[in-house]
Amino acid sequence: MGHHVLLVEDEQNIVEAMRFLLSREGWRVDTHSDGATALDTIRANGPDLVVLDYMLPGRSGLEILSDLRALPEYSDLPVLMLTARGQARDREQAEKAGVSRFMTKPFSNTEVLNAVRDLMRAKLQ
Amino acid sequence: MASQGLTGSRIRERRLMRGIRQAELAREIGISASYLNLIEHNRRRIGGKLLLDIAEMLGVAPQMLTQGAEAALVASLREAGEAAGLSRTEADRVEDFAGRFPGWAETLSTGHRRIASLERTIETLSDRMAHDPQLAASLYELLSTAAAIRSTAAILAETKDLDRSQQDRFHENMDQDSARLSDSAKRLVQFLDAEPTETAASSPTEEVEAFLSDNNYFFPELEGGEVGIEAVLETSERSMSADAKKMAGKILQQIVKDGKTLPTASLRKVVSNTGIDPLQLAQSLSVPVSLVLRRLANIPEYGLGLVVCDRSGSLVFRKPIEGFNIPRFGAACPLWPLFQALTMPGQILARQMTQLGRDSAVFDVFAVSETVVETQYNMPPLVFGSMLICPSGSALSDLHGQNMEIVGPTCRVCPRKGCNARREPSILTENFAM
Repeated sequence: MGHHVLLVEDEQNIVEAMRFLLSREGWRVDTHSDGATALDTIRANGPDLVVLDYMLPGRSGLEILSDLRALPEYSDLPVLMLTARGQARDREQAEKAGVSRFMTKPFSNTEVLNAVRDLMRAKLQ
Repeated sequence: MASQGLTGSRIRERRLMRGIRQAELAREIGISASYLNLIEHNRRRIGGKLLLDIAEMLGVAPQMLTQGAEAALVASLREAGEAAGLSRTEADRVEDFAGRFPGWAETLSTGHRRIASLERTIETLSDRMAHDPQLAASLYELLSTAAAIRSTAAILAETKDLDRSQQDRFHENMDQDSARLSDSAKRLVQFLDAEPTETAASSPTEEVEAFLSDNNYFFPELEGGEVGIEAVLETSERSMSADAKKMAGKILQQIVKDGKTLPTASLRKVVSNTGIDPLQLAQSLSVPVSLVLRRLANIPEYGLGLVVCDRSGSLVFRKPIEGFNIPRFGAACPLWPLFQALTMPGQILARQMTQLGRDSAVFDVFAVSETVVETQYNMPPLVFGSMLICPSGSALSDLHGQNMEIVGPTCRVCPRKGCNARREPSILTENFAM
């Protein structure tokens, strides 16, 4: 089994599509849809990479990311943020919070796969 | 120079526009050319039959040559000059300019009015774009659904070895998402098609404000106990959501409570003797100043505005008044006395104030904070700030002589430069420095 990706996203059909794509690449994919408990799930599962939605029920992806980066053991965990909020200030906020890659919806499958591959490659180097 | 003294300049301008020589006009109206010359240089006053004759000869209405016809134009030009930051020397020549170049003056005035109108539209749209939850939610939902469809469609198109059950599953997802996309797009179009007017309520807060505005913020039958709150809400011609009704009900409860403590008739009687002096009214009626502010704003004939905020500074009640911009969403200008009152419980602020922007109207404002004690253990008291906004110099209120405070509406549409209280750049000013 390949590397472990945790997909935190509340749009069920996006989850299904992403799970299919990433699984075909050989990655183990876990999913989570609730913002309020996402940080606990990340800590419990210890993924190699997190795909994180910006707008989640309970807690925003931005808050989750900020808290995650405050934990020393997750300071360099690759996080790909997916969002419908494509304004410059949203991107800036995500970058300030420590996002590894920021991608706006609607994205292409190839873009997501390339981003995940790049992040994983960078992590392994 | 006084405006009425410029009739001569306007006569001269109109005469030259029509290509009539001074001597010719003088002859036609039966005066000497030298006398007409004195008139045209505003060194002789003119009126009566002579004015009517000259107006007839020049083919204009007599009032076009007098002050009244151009007073509004001059006022509009003054506003345009102030907005452009003209020097005092230049600004003082506005009447001369209007008299000598009426065509250009009208063009400038029309342009200024047009800018003001567009700024109003920008403010409204900016408010909605930046803070309207329905618009933002619709757009984000649209994009998320599009993302799901795009991703699923690509899987179906590009994956050759997809088994039948997976194909069915993804087709089903696309079917659901396309229906969602269609609904989201329809809602968005409906929203965008609505004119950004006061009546286009798109959130519970706006629905409540529209309901209150329909009733002129005045509910005498409720105060008199003839009908109940439920009945007022149910019989309203405006259809409101359940959330809006809940919010409106709370406001009506406050109005009923206030009306019992300080009935409209009693307040009207005292105001007719004393005018609007909240402190004096509160003392003579033995009621809190905050209550007086709310009650004064409820009485329609006074035409007063009111804003109420909670301890966080969020505006929880707005009764608008012409010439004073109260943001519908987001935070107001922190320089408003309302927020100063919030930090100084017990102090009653009375200030003369003008708001930067289009109209530059002057207001007398009275602000105070009020603590509402909770009836539960360990619950902090609720604190509310209230600010009454009265047109300055009216028969009811005149704080003339106070230091004029200059405030803004909200940072996003405020042109003030070098303001320490600024939170974000203004969209109305280019190259704005924070």
